[in-house]
Amino acid sequence: MSASPNDTQDYVGFDTITQQMERKFLKRGFNFNVILVGESGMGKSTLINSIFASHLIDTQGRRAAQEVIRKTTEISPVTQTLEENGVRVKLTIVDTPGYSDQCNNEGCWIPVIKYIKDQHAAYLERELKPLRDRVIVDTRIHACLYFLNPGSRGLRPLDVEVLKRLTEVTNVIPIIAKSDSMTIEERTAFKRRIKEELAFHRIVVFPYPSDEDTEEDRVLNASIRELIPFAVVGSEEVIEVNGKLVRGRRHGWGVINIFDETHSDFVHLRNFMLRTHLSDLVEVTAQRHYEQFRTSQLRQIKELRAQQAAAAATGGAPPMPSQAPPQAPMASGVMHQPMTQA
Amino acid sequence: MAPSAPSINSTMSSRMATPRPSSYRYKSEKRGMTYNIMLVGQSGLGRRTFLNTLCEREVISPPEAPNPETANIADPMRFDTYEVNIEEEGTRISMTVIDTPGFGDGLDNTECFKQLQDYIEAQFDEVLVEESRIKRNRRYRDHRIHTLIYFITPTGHSLRELDIELIKRLGEYVNIIPVIGRADSLTVEELATFKQNVMRDIDYYKLPLYNFCWDESDSEALKENREIMDYTPFSVVTCDEVLDNEFGAVRVRRYPWGSIEIDDEGQCDFALLRYILLNSHIADLINYTEDVLYENYRTKKLEVGGFGEGEGEGEEENDEDDEVLGAKNE
Repeated sequence: MSASPNDTQDYVGFDTITQQMERKFLKRGFNFNVILVGESGMGKSTLINSIFASHLIDTQGRRAAQEVIRKTTEISPVTQTLEENGVRVKLTIVDTPGYSDQCNNEGCWIPVIKYIKDQHAAYLERELKPLRDRVIVDTRIHACLYFLNPGSRGLRPLDVEVLKRLTEVTNVIPIIAKSDSMTIEERTAFKRRIKEELAFHRIVVFPYPSDEDTEEDRVLNASIRELIPFAVVGSEEVIEVNGKLVRGRRHGWGVINIFDETHSDFVHLRNFMLRTHLSDLVEVTAQRHYEQFRTSQLRQIKELRAQQAAAAATGGAPPMPSQAPPQAPMASGVMHQPMTQA
Repeated sequence: MAPSAPSINSTMSSRMATPRPSSYRYKSEKRGMTYNIMLVGQSGLGRRTFLNTLCEREVISPPEAPNPETANIADPMRFDTYEVNIEEEGTRISMTVIDTPGFGDGLDNTECFKQLQDYIEAQFDEVLVEESRIKRNRRYRDHRIHTLIYFITPTGHSLRELDIELIKRLGEYVNIIPVIGRADSLTVEELATFKQNVMRDIDYYKLPLYNFCWDESDSEALKENREIMDYTPFSVVTCDEVLDNEFGAVRVRRYPWGSIEIDDEGQCDFALLRYILLNSHIADLINYTEDVLYENYRTKKLEVGGFGEGEGEGEEENDEDDEVLGAKNE
């Protein structure tokens, strides 16, 4: 073929679709929703603010003595629009204050799982409307940052319980946020143990292997899996180190630069989440987690309908509440019924 | 008030008085002081390394690598006892340390408080029984807990429900000294703020900690004690590594961005805490336990239940004896 393809008559030009898509995308912007799960004081808000280099959320930790201790896990979403080089992202960060903060933490994950499933359900509802929006508002959670406790010898019983449930409904990325109290040896040992425990309990975290992966993808994913859980340090403060201004933490015995790869995995995490796997996170949510949810929901509805039909045929019990208006047979009454398990 | 480096001067060591003679406790110069400490805190806060660093040797060896199969199982809290003999500035201390792995590590931790309370009360009950014997055992070893060191998670915010409940429930039975475990995860400012917030919670919830200033008779000591109390909760960083540098053997934790010297008072309160526990306040802690905490318990118990007097042999400890003495055990 000739050196400049644009010159030949054989050049069709459909390769410009990528630029066309990009322009459309730039115009539309996109949604990105992240949920933070971990006990208070694990550094969740500082980390997410560091990743996006903006003060997105305030810490919900209890500071004043008069502040009441939360009795349950609350769901606290905050939405902001960020822009970078003409690309707009509508970013929703969902914090979960109260999670794992009580003496008795049985069931503290229930509001979290319910919230994630509710977003799938809301999307399904919008998708099934006969007259639906051109672009469906996407509030589904694309990434769940799960915060592990540094210093624990491995996963805690609560972690195992919750991770099993979370990985079924969303992409989970395990993180050690305040890793500046672990030496390098401790970190390495901890990561190794976590990986063993995740494997043993069949807890599958993001990124998932896929048949469509190229060799390059496989290599990249393998290197990400090596790092899990990401040992990071977050900071919203800028401090001076050797005449330079860096984002970091100043201890009495040294200064941590969060962008220094020998200090923490922060750069790797940020690049992974935003520079290499961002579209994957969104796509996999739609193709894997949402589809699973959708399939099981529709199956349940089908079964419910079959039961109702059988009941009506035998002239038995009155039908279950499905007095939905004819245009929207999948109205909320029926939809939300099967969805209370967490 | 941001804590500055403490100045441990010689007047502190002069405070170490010999314990008041008690008609009950059998004291021997050879045997040394009997001292019982309990360590309580969630896993991962450094209890084990704290003990090893305190005793300057490996008392508790590192746990074996956990089996991945058991990651989802919460071990119930247990009481592991370690005997350590320490010589501190000429005084021999026969120390028993009780570690409580499993505290706060399960899904539902509400039972932990009762277990701890029962354990502490059981030691009081033993003494109560022993005291009431006609013929007392000269070699009786006192197992009453003199100090409970409670490890707080360094969240940087303030106390958690677990912390508040523990101090509330146990403060009337034992001297509680709160420490911040893994304090190296906090910067200097964060540590100062955290200490402030914790103390505000202590005031607000009226949590009964060991009051360093309970004895107001000695005004010079009182002044020093007030200074010590300003450091509460004590920031603790501990490690298993010893480094040899030009100044000798130094205990450090090494990070890519620097090293923290455990014994440097400007970097954490470990040295001060060790001094308090094994030197300046050991007598106080023991005395307060015996003269106040135990006595309160005894009074309550006798008013309610009734330990009586009676005939009987003394030396053997068996059920028959207790029955004869009229002691009611719960």
